[in-house]
Amino acid sequence: MEIVLAITVGGLYAAGIYMMLRRSVVKLLIGLGLLSHAANLLIFTAGGIVRGHVPVIPAGETQPLTQVADPLPQALILTAIVISFAVLAFALVLVYRTYQTLGTDDLDQLRATDT
Amino acid sequence: MIEQVAIILPIVLPLATMAVLLLVWKSIAAQKVIGVIGSTLLMASAAALICLVNRDGMIVLQVGSWPAPFGITLVADRLSSIMVMLAGLMVFAVSIYSLVMIDDRRVDFGFHPLVQLLLMGVCGAFLTGDLFNLYVWFEVMLIASFVLLTLGGERGQLEGAIKYVTLNLISSAVFLAAIGVIYAATGTLNMADLALKLRSFTDDGTVSVLAMLFLIAFGTKAAVFPLFFWLPASYHTPPAAVSAIFAGLLTKVGVYSLIRAFTLLFVTDLEFTHNLLLLIAGLTMVTGVLGAMAQSEIRRILSFHIVSQIGYMLMGLALYTPLALAGSVFYIIHHIVVKTNLFLIAGIIERRFGTGRLAEIGGLYRSAPVLATLFFLSAMSLAGVPPLSGFFAKLTLIRGGLEAEGYAIVVVALAVSLLTLFSMTKIWAEAFWKPAPEGAATETSQNPYTMFERLSLFGPTLLLVTITVGIGVMAGPVMNASMATAEQLLDPDIYIQAVLPDQYLIESEGDLLIDDSTSEAHGLLPSPRGETH
Repeated sequence: MEIVLAITVGGLYAAGIYMMLRRSVVKLLIGLGLLSHAANLLIFTAGGIVRGHVPVIPAGETQPLTQVADPLPQALILTAIVISFAVLAFALVLVYRTYQTLGTDDLDQLRATDT
Repeated sequence: MIEQVAIILPIVLPLATMAVLLLVWKSIAAQKVIGVIGSTLLMASAAALICLVNRDGMIVLQVGSWPAPFGITLVADRLSSIMVMLAGLMVFAVSIYSLVMIDDRRVDFGFHPLVQLLLMGVCGAFLTGDLFNLYVWFEVMLIASFVLLTLGGERGQLEGAIKYVTLNLISSAVFLAAIGVIYAATGTLNMADLALKLRSFTDDGTVSVLAMLFLIAFGTKAAVFPLFFWLPASYHTPPAAVSAIFAGLLTKVGVYSLIRAFTLLFVTDLEFTHNLLLLIAGLTMVTGVLGAMAQSEIRRILSFHIVSQIGYMLMGLALYTPLALAGSVFYIIHHIVVKTNLFLIAGIIERRFGTGRLAEIGGLYRSAPVLATLFFLSAMSLAGVPPLSGFFAKLTLIRGGLEAEGYAIVVVALAVSLLTLFSMTKIWAEAFWKPAPEGAATETSQNPYTMFERLSLFGPTLLLVTITVGIGVMAGPVMNASMATAEQLLDPDIYIQAVLPDQYLIESEGDLLIDDSTSEAHGLLPSPRGETH
């Protein structure tokens, strides 16, 4: 299972970087989205894949009785997904506004601020 | 109790100010007043935090009373409290300055709430003791900075923002991946706990790989060579008040994270990591200053100078001796004050002429002698002319470099300092010295400013110039504070002991040992490295 996930993570990273190297701003955004998915999946894989029970400790106990899934990576990913969703939404609006103002979606045309 | 309040206030105050600002969204006057009040309060609370840290040493708050490796930890050591103080000071200066410099349309779109949100993110990043929280505070800060950068929607702003947003999102993705890998390797994200666990990784390359991931993530945010190109492309596009606050604070959060990571976490392979840092520091200095020399617009020159000065801050960290690190801390203090001020002055100049291009402006020495004096003092301080603050910051770094026998970096630092002087002279000669060119905006009346504008524009500038001169005059106390900060940074055991007091015992020789009985009692969660696979 971990091998499959690891290959998926690598594929997502490769696809994300490829998309970001294209000249279209929209493809750049798709690349950024893929990159954040890759990072999330990487945390999930790295946190350890385990077929366990929910990490709830019964009343009166101080430790879980059976093997449980580590909840922390999932909490991290949940936070990261929310953040990357918000940021991607902002980036989408930014790209749209840029397209409206500049009339192009070609990164090569965005030269005015370069040095 | 008072310590706990003092450490949480720099995060809660901007949040509360932002909430109040959102309530008075319709009234521009109220927004301005509350913005200034909020940053004044933050400055006061930061001053209290500095006093408390000075008196009691490190302050640690376990949020919700969860013990350290599991809960959220806030830590204020000397470096954090100094950084929070500087953040408060800069936002205070900029919020007064923005009373005139930010047009009503931008205030209407929420300039003041965004500044407070940015401040909350910055203070949170300085005070957190947990890597994932650092990521979250980075994102809070970034989303505020994205909107501040694009506020107004002008052509240049949008172009600059595309580059800024993309590069920052990539660095966040790398940071997140690094967090995932470090959690897999150690099973913790608390920085003190990590510092302790990473010590046992000595033989394999795990620590080096992690160090490089964090170097890329933080280095992009700090704008080090070769990851800096988003900075000169975006920092000159927003209104001057916004670039001033960006120039003062945002890259310094990256530098702060680098200092934290490479004094606390990645100190097992100094040969590799810190030599690489030293190389990066030198290249950052040189490329930044060469870029600045090629520019002919005030704020573009200043933007490139941020890059070159990040190199100085890294130099002290890379040399990793008490004196050199004290130089870094001193340099950060000096740089935040001076750089913010130079951007404020650039804004005043641009307001006067409607442009910052050096070819189209001139004659300010005759028509605005006060402004000329303020700029001269700041520019000379940036270049490192005695007796201003920049001189002592550079002197400490150079002495640290000589002491550590890093002669090459000392030569580079001195040469770059000379080139900095050169490009500051360029602004001086073009904007102030030469006569105003034909067609440049000229003064229409004897007194171009109203009293209120004068106070709002020159008040903050004067305050910051006074501080930079003051640091120069009272270099002794600032040096002592930097030295104490550096010594605290170089002894990670202090940090670990403050955050994890009951879990680790100290042997008589001063080595930290894991106390098995207590760590087992805390061991509620399975280790991701253990039998769970």
